[in-house]
Amino acid sequence: MPKVTVDGIEVEVPAGATLLQACEAAGVEIPRFCYHERLSIAGNCRMCLVEVEKSPKPVASCAMPASEGAIVRTTTEQVKRAREGVMEFLLINHPLDCPICDQGGECDLQDQSMAYGVDGSRFHENKRAVEEKYMGPLVKTVMTRCIQCTRCVRFATEVAGTPEIGAIGRGEDMEITTYLESTLSSELSANVVDLCPVGALTFRPTAFTARPWELRKTESVDVMDAVGSNIRVDARGSEVIRILPRLNEDVNEEWISDKTRFVADGLKSQRLDRPYVRINGKLAEASWAEAFAAIAAKLKGAKGERIAAIAGDLAAAEELKALKDLFTSLGSPNIDCRQDGAKIGGARSSYIFNATIAGIEEADAILIIGSDPRKEAPIINARIRKRSRVGGLKVGVIGPRVDLTYDYDHLGAGPDTLKSLASGGGFADVLKNAKAPMIIVGQGALTRKDGAAVLAASVALAKATNASFNMLHTAAARVAGLDLGLVPADGGRDVAAILDGASKGEIDVVYLLGADEIDFTKLGSAFVIYQGTHGDNGAHRADVILPGAAYTEKDGLYANTEGRVQRGNRAAFPPGEAREDWTILRALSAELGKTLPYDTHASLRDAIVAAAPHFASIDEVVAAGALPDLASGEMDAAAFDTPVKDFHLTNAIARASKTMADCSAELARSRRGAQAAE
Amino acid sequence: MLKDEDRIFTNLYGRGTPGLKGAQMRGDWDGTAALIEKGRDWIIDEMKKSGLRGRGGAGFPTGLKWSFMPKDSGGRPHYLVVNADESEPGTCKDREIMRYDPQKLIEGCLIASFAMQAHVCYIYVRGEFIAERVALQKAVDEAYAAGLLGKNAAGSGWDFDLYVHHGAGAYICGEETALLESLEGKKGMPRLKPPFPANMGLYGAPTTVNNVESIAVAPTILRRGATWFAGLGRPNNTGTKIFSISGHVNKPCNVEEEMGISLRELIDKHCGGVRGGWDNLLAVIPGGSSVPMLPKSICDDVLMDFDSLKAVQSGLGTAAVIVMDKSTDLIKAIARLAAFYKHESCGQCTPCREGTGWMWRVMERLVSGEAAVEEIDMLLDVTKRVEGHTICALGDAAAWPIQGLIRHFRPVLEERISAHRRHLAAAE
Repeated sequence: MPKVTVDGIEVEVPAGATLLQACEAAGVEIPRFCYHERLSIAGNCRMCLVEVEKSPKPVASCAMPASEGAIVRTTTEQVKRAREGVMEFLLINHPLDCPICDQGGECDLQDQSMAYGVDGSRFHENKRAVEEKYMGPLVKTVMTRCIQCTRCVRFATEVAGTPEIGAIGRGEDMEITTYLESTLSSELSANVVDLCPVGALTFRPTAFTARPWELRKTESVDVMDAVGSNIRVDARGSEVIRILPRLNEDVNEEWISDKTRFVADGLKSQRLDRPYVRINGKLAEASWAEAFAAIAAKLKGAKGERIAAIAGDLAAAEELKALKDLFTSLGSPNIDCRQDGAKIGGARSSYIFNATIAGIEEADAILIIGSDPRKEAPIINARIRKRSRVGGLKVGVIGPRVDLTYDYDHLGAGPDTLKSLASGGGFADVLKNAKAPMIIVGQGALTRKDGAAVLAASVALAKATNASFNMLHTAAARVAGLDLGLVPADGGRDVAAILDGASKGEIDVVYLLGADEIDFTKLGSAFVIYQGTHGDNGAHRADVILPGAAYTEKDGLYANTEGRVQRGNRAAFPPGEAREDWTILRALSAELGKTLPYDTHASLRDAIVAAAPHFASIDEVVAAGALPDLASGEMDAAAFDTPVKDFHLTNAIARASKTMADCSAELARSRRGAQAAE
Repeated sequence: MLKDEDRIFTNLYGRGTPGLKGAQMRGDWDGTAALIEKGRDWIIDEMKKSGLRGRGGAGFPTGLKWSFMPKDSGGRPHYLVVNADESEPGTCKDREIMRYDPQKLIEGCLIASFAMQAHVCYIYVRGEFIAERVALQKAVDEAYAAGLLGKNAAGSGWDFDLYVHHGAGAYICGEETALLESLEGKKGMPRLKPPFPANMGLYGAPTTVNNVESIAVAPTILRRGATWFAGLGRPNNTGTKIFSISGHVNKPCNVEEEMGISLRELIDKHCGGVRGGWDNLLAVIPGGSSVPMLPKSICDDVLMDFDSLKAVQSGLGTAAVIVMDKSTDLIKAIARLAAFYKHESCGQCTPCREGTGWMWRVMERLVSGEAAVEEIDMLLDVTKRVEGHTICALGDAAAWPIQGLIRHFRPVLEERISAHRRHLAAAE
């Protein structure tokens, strides 16, 4: 623990810390452009120069290890001149087009030139101009503004694992480019925009739409996948302009996936902004009262076993709880939150990511079964890559052979490999001999007919090898749904049985709470109530549509794949007559004469906590206890597949987003291009 | 003047054959195994005692550098890397060694590698040196065939492999850490120090990078004794050195001379004097393009060694003496050097990337006089803001020639500006 003196303040820093970190520990601000905590040290911007006693030249504090007794000065004339010099060099070829630059107002260069620069320019030559580089539909470039800090290059190479950005040319002709100007293939690509300290990389979809100071910032949680990435929603009026990551070391660090970030424009199109009732085969606009009357006509007095409810992937715990309670009071056992038909549920330890996302960094052997984490949860995949880069991690995969951005042993494609591991040897020994082994099971292994058997085999393998059992979900609502018991009660039907019953005429009414991913051809002649946000698959089939609120429009609790309960907050109001989902269910329950026992959001949350106490522990992972013994079964020979076929189009909001459609098309195009070139 | 018997590079002009036979006749590979038998500590100690300072430009004591290699490096291999990326304008000494005396270098590689416990050595040859690489490779092949390299090299019991690597022609790869990056197959960009190569060098293993000349003189020093070498030259600036003299002299040449010889003697004795006589001298760049120039008044009695030149705010550098007589447009000469550094800047760090281009553009305007007088001071200030603020020394190298020009020839710059003003006024 070396002791360092910074401007007369003595601080003790951990061994291996840099002088810059020591300065921060002493509360001294050091300006920087290239340095970033989560990237390798480049030391190239030279903005962080400080004076160190006994060193004749100023020292780049970001790269210099703090040594015992070092005396650092940051307020001397030498340091001031060095900063002014570097600032001047950075600005001579910078266009200073701040009034038309999207970074304006949140630009490191702007801020630091105010703090550390001089007011005039001595540069009377022509400024350099650099041609734009195409980086795809998400990242817009104005390369003349680039200050060559190489943060984007390091992010793409180190964190994303897709080394597609680099610098060509040298000296003042050095340019950052994607070499052949192709679309960035990473699911995390737009994080380079957050990293860019200037306006060289900005968001293409939101170019020229807003200034940062006009936006109302709301801290919330993402629902595009089951990671529960922490986000900040920036809105102007009722319009969500953009979504940015929020720091949470335990979940997403400071990255978010491109889908999380750019799905915002999907909140504006295809929205259900008023109730509809199907009259003579056509959906007609209706009032809430008319819509409730139409529902009451079907549900009042209906037999419990002839009605059913399916909850979708984006629902918050509030409406899940309300739906569950409503159907319980209607006497129906037919309720399910697993619209993909995954054979999961039961003991909590068997359906959450027990080791936690941050726990990946302690793992030394990981077996991935039936999952493509890069598509299903890019943030978790980035964590595995981060761990992999440290070294000493062995990864085995049973499932599709895909590019995960890190090395792994492809053990096999399907259950046969899992069976052979059960008898020991091979990767089972790797797990057994590891200090912190993990088994990650994806939904691709569990949505099959033999899903229960695969789950049992995976749990058994985890027990036999002492590995932690981790389920990787793809739906943000799934864990909360299972926690709150949105599974068929005794004698109840699951999703497959509900659909089966509907097509056979055994189910009369199906209530879809944002469920868009089921097979709608099987609903037969059932009366379908769709409560949701978008005119997607569910709304097309519905007989009554109840307009709900999207995740940015309501306060809600979400449990991510770890079982971590996090709070989403309202950033904007729902459009038109749309309402927060739990209030719709509450109002409907009164209409049906089965009034739910909560009038306020607070009392609903009390009810949730009463049903599942861990919902009181916000932002924490409550340990789930021991793994259950599951009955083994026959497994099919078919290969595992990932449930995420198109990363950009996995839910109704994403499907309504033009940006996501562009990305999907662009990716398909570049994939075709690659084949042609090969 | 250096006596013939004290010369180390006896085939500098290629009068003898560069082959192994010829080299052995000249005394190379004589008792190499016996030298190695005396052990690492003896070798490093002798090198320290000889006072040899690195011949690549910085003048860091070679023996001391060798002693920095860790004694215990936890199973990591050690490497010796020889910097033959001789790209400094005006410098052409290593070229001659590789052409005509390659066995001296190869023998030096073996001894130095043994002293640093390296079993592998790479020689990184400048991209433009095609013939030299061929000559060096031929010499290496000859040495392998004669059992001087490979397993039990030269009967010393030390296993040693030597590889010749050909660069791609970037000046910056002569910077030791950029060279290591390039050798690893990456872009030639200098690394941040610390860690220094002696701890984390090539492929993360302890590495020493030495200049060709420093390595090539080592066997002779060890054979003839540190006292002999230390007896030549001046204190702290010992031994002999190859000087490359170019420019406005009657007979430009490479010559091995004692350190501390006076500049005038060097030019008059070996180069047939300055073109048009000593009084026709305008200025000299004494150590390759990156050191500040000296006006005639200083050249009259300055001595050619590290400390003497440092005392007159210049440097010995690579001892490449660029002589300029009164016909020279000094501003244009320095503008050309500024263009060189702008072209060769790797672009990694801000002051050099942006500063070299700025300095060059101002220099170009100063050539024609299209500048304001205040810009001279501004340019000087810009050079000061590049100098010492960069990752490697290229920033310093780009700044110093301009500083030298302004320091000694400010009136010439001012006169050029006012001449341009007069010209404009006359035209109106």
